Amino acid sequence: MAQPPISRGFRGRKPPVQSDRIPPGQHLVHDFPVLSAGPTPHAPLSEWSFSLDQGGKALKEWSWEEFNALPQTRLKTDIHCVTTWSKLDTQWRGVSIDDLLKAAGLAEPPGDFTMAHCDGDYTTNVPVDDLAGGKGMVATHFEGEPLAPEHGGPARLLVPHLYFWKSAKWIRTLEFLDSDEPGFWEQLGYHIYGDPWQEQRYAGD
Amino acid sequence: MIRNGSDSAVPRRLQWQTAEVSGLIDETPRVRSLVLTLPDWPGHKPGQHVDIRLTGEDGYRAQRSYSIASAPESENVMLTVERIEDGEVSPYLSIDVRKGDKFELRGPIGGHFVWTSALQGPLFLIAGGSGVAPLMAMLRHRAAAKNKAPATLLYSSRAFEDIIYRTELERLAAMGDGLKIVHTLTRQQPAGWAGGARRIDRAMLESEGFPPAARPRIFICGPTRLVESASQIMLDLGHEANLIKTERFGPTGG
Ligand SMILES: Cc1cc2nc3c(=O)[nH]c(=O)nc-3n(C[C@H](O)[C@H](O)[C@H](O)COP(=O)(O)OP(=O)(O)OC[C@H]3O[C@@H](n4cnc5c(N)ncnc54)[C@H](O)[C@@H]3O)c2cc1C
Repeated sequence: MAQPPISRGFRGRKPPVQSDRIPPGQHLVHDFPVLSAGPTPHAPLSEWSFSLDQGGKALKEWSWEEFNALPQTRLKTDIHCVTTWSKLDTQWRGVSIDDLLKAAGLAEPPGDFTMAHCDGDYTTNVPVDDLAGGKGMVATHFEGEPLAPEHGGPARLLVPHLYFWKSAKWIRTLEFLDSDEPGFWEQLGYHIYGDPWQEQRYAGD
Repeated sequence: MIRNGSDSAVPRRLQWQTAEVSGLIDETPRVRSLVLTLPDWPGHKPGQHVDIRLTGEDGYRAQRSYSIASAPESENVMLTVERIEDGEVSPYLSIDVRKGDKFELRGPIGGHFVWTSALQGPLFLIAGGSGVAPLMAMLRHRAAAKNKAPATLLYSSRAFEDIIYRTELERLAAMGDGLKIVHTLTRQQPAGWAGGARRIDRAMLESEGFPPAARPRIFICGPTRLVESASQIMLDLGHEANLIKTERFGPTGG
């Protein structure tokens, strides 16, 4: 649209100092909103496992104890939700995708794309290039505390440079694929990639 | 007729369009509904939302999501906005906006928190405050489609004067088409109040809802805390997770 209509009398809240860290159409929050499509799963840790899969088979599977014994990565990063909130300097701890591949004995990621599978049947697709090379992790801690169930605990994917629905809550499997396939929200009209700086909220953006 | 871009294999691109405010309805002291006229509306399903974008005179923009409260059968699109005191956008929409004002809008968005009359089985709607908006779209659609499957709305408000759509809900419940409406008032009840007088809890969900064997479709919308607790209780009562759909408006959880 060339000339958006002016909303008479709308002043809004002026962007705060670090506005170069806030993507277009986003606004800053200080709390941590919760968005999910259904009830929050509460799987007992004794039954929890995480696996890297390919072609319907597990390449490697970890129990909760085994997973927590893997090398830990700390990350301080900004996150951006498609419902327009952004939060700066969030602190996470977990296992990087690079370390997971290494621990599974994989020199190379076994596919160019991934699908995250979660408790509650949620899925989301992320290209491998957006996870490997230090870009993504499976996070188990937020701000020094175990990740709360409503925020995706015990473990969620963390891909902070994409809209936050890609950081799938309650992740249990990362499946490697040769082609990019749409996940849950992506099949419901959300963008296949979801770059907040390009404002890729919905299909076609 | 309900048409929706997200049904086709290639979703329709969501374009911004200019909405004009053609009507305003004061629902409660803190809530106002906006009736919008849109140049190009493809139709929606009850439960979907839109994104709106305001542009100030200096070019400053702000964007937020609002549920569609009107039925797909309705001429216009209605949004219902609750004023958050320190909010950036909701005070503007719920106080300042006048008839004839314009802003950008795109949608409909979302295909998960959706109910249409074609779905079988009883319908159990659970709302807190303005979370009733997308559920109202479902009830208005249900009435327009003359659906007579049993339905219940369990609706929590702070006080009697905070009940949104109160007279229309009374009218819908009086139609005798299988709809039951149960109010609970959490902070203040008028003298002689016969409805609930506490937050939505397990006893209320169990006695007002349908048994799990009836496989009701359950939609829960409102503040995060209400949605978290009600959805957990419904699971504990034995309802299947894939029949429970949630939409969280905020405020934010811990
Ligand atoms: C899918 C979706 C549908 C929505 N539908 C509706 C709707 O139909 N009607 C409606 O009124 N709102 C709805 N919302 C919420 C709406 O998008 C805004 O978040 C809300 O209007 C507050 O915006 P604001 O700019 O006034 O407040 P902001 O400036 O964004 O926030 C100010 C403060 O208020 C808190 N806050 C934000 N939202 C709420 C809330 N709902 N209750 C209490 N505190 C809050 C924030 O955490 C913050 O501390 C919906 C949200 C989503 C994601």
